[in-house]
Amino acid sequence: MMIEARGLVRTFKTKRGPVEAVQGVDLEVADGEIVGFLGPNGAGKTTTMRMLATLIKPTSGTATVAGCDLAKDPVGVRRGIGYVPQSGSTLPEAIAGDEVVDHARLYGVPKAKASADGQRLFEEFDLPGLWRRQCKTLSGGQRRRLDIVMGLIHDPKLIFLDEPTTGLDPQARANLWDHIRGLRDRGATIFLTTHYLDEADALCDRILVIDHGKIVASGTPENLKQQVSGDAVRLSLADTTQAPAVMKIVRELDGAVEVETDAEVVCFRIQRGGSVLPGLLRSIDAQGIELHGVEVHRPTLDDVFLTMTGRSLRDEAIAAPADEKEEAVA
Amino acid sequence: MTVLRETWIVFHRQMRLSLRNPMWSILMLSQPLMYLFLFGPLLKPLTAQISQGQATNAYQVFIPGLIVQLGMFGAMFVGFGLIAEYRAGVIEADRVTPASRMALMAGRVLRDVVVLVVQSILLLLAALPLGLRAPWGGVLLSLVIVALLGATFASLSYSVALITKSEDALAPLLNGIAMPLLLLSGILLPMQIGPTWLQRLSDISPLKHVVNGVRALFRGDISSSASLWGLFWVVLLTVIGLAVGARTFRKESA
Repeated sequence: MMIEARGLVRTFKTKRGPVEAVQGVDLEVADGEIVGFLGPNGAGKTTTMRMLATLIKPTSGTATVAGCDLAKDPVGVRRGIGYVPQSGSTLPEAIAGDEVVDHARLYGVPKAKASADGQRLFEEFDLPGLWRRQCKTLSGGQRRRLDIVMGLIHDPKLIFLDEPTTGLDPQARANLWDHIRGLRDRGATIFLTTHYLDEADALCDRILVIDHGKIVASGTPENLKQQVSGDAVRLSLADTTQAPAVMKIVRELDGAVEVETDAEVVCFRIQRGGSVLPGLLRSIDAQGIELHGVEVHRPTLDDVFLTMTGRSLRDEAIAAPADEKEEAVA
Repeated sequence: MTVLRETWIVFHRQMRLSLRNPMWSILMLSQPLMYLFLFGPLLKPLTAQISQGQATNAYQVFIPGLIVQLGMFGAMFVGFGLIAEYRAGVIEADRVTPASRMALMAGRVLRDVVVLVVQSILLLLAALPLGLRAPWGGVLLSLVIVALLGATFASLSYSVALITKSEDALAPLLNGIAMPLLLLSGILLPMQIGPTWLQRLSDISPLKHVVNGVRALFRGDISSSASLWGLFWVVLLTVIGLAVGARTFRKESA
């Protein structure tokens, strides 16, 4: 196990009284996995990650990270992990290559090796010719890749990525995803936080859904989506008077739930909608009912979040200004 | 040994950044130079009165105050730089490395001390043509005092910066402390020429004793009680400052 945490709790003192940002998180991450922590802003993702990366102390709970005990050997943990914070990790005025080399030297990497490794990583991460440039002259996507290079420079076994693509344009995001997938080929284990469903879906072998400081679901993206009551099927009717007849046929299907209609469209959810469809269409046809169209939607992680918490992640992301950095009086 | 090596790495990075943008250091130096050239001449006719016959020229009284002021104010506002680094994520990036927390602070403090000592030497050189005369030993010891004072205020400034993490909180706090410290230290004019109640009030400020000590050193009274008290206070302040700084750097992480 690369990460094994039991009962992690973190309480912050704020002006409005103590806030339990993380309320008893258990988690396990195996070697070589890419695991995503999915949840809205303020759910406790960053706080949990910062505890695992030795940046803040858990109020209670234990964890072993990269083979070392978090409480007894934080220095050992630090040696084994790379952490790419949301805020960046380089000074805008500094020279990119200098920042990378100095960072490596704090891990005990000799100067010459740090410089050689750093320049190789710059090539690998599409940062050619930027070694001697001021960090502030880099684009948003380049700076994120520079941050990742900073996190990788001492060749850690485990890499933490905190909201790796927040604030990037779609092209830069897709590009960064490719690079993150590439990290797996280095044999590294990756633990990332995100509030983007598509990101968790695209990158992660396994997802932990967190809400209000507690893990509410975990599994592979596919697995989680199956926990939602199946695919959404929409049947558009040619003749609105036939809606009751179609409803009747649908209700007879094994496992059909949430059957609804507004006369023009009949909607329902069912497991493996694609395989149910041929039989369903034959039954509808046999009764001489004509359809305008058929749609099947695979459930999204948003549906998962909605099912688990009763709230949509999309709405949360917009509505929740509560930010996890509200930990001034830690 | 590792701590020393890590301190050196942090110092080296900070020094390189300072040298890339020397404006800050130049601006810091311009203030004492302005005092030297625009305020110093006013003291000349008052030399006998303000030094109570102990000093032969005004600059022997005035320059010690200025270098102590430089040591204090030059280091007091370094916390702003730390907040900029914090905001850029550098402090966090430093903290996830296995480097000693002490080294992360000491490297930064060392940069500040080096900058201050260089500034002080420049100030002393500028004062030479104006008539500053002082014994070598006293001047060297004074530079040590300035370095220690700088280390103290830099550590405290970093501490407060790490705790507040906000320029908006740091600025009024530092100014609120700097103002009474400056006025009660006798940096500009010796407190001895003031009324008794003001002298008693200024006795509370360790800085006044440090300034008096440096003035005694500039007169060559290295073993006088004034210079010994000055040394005592500056060493005590340094121990407190570094302890508070180190504690903050350790505490803000696991």
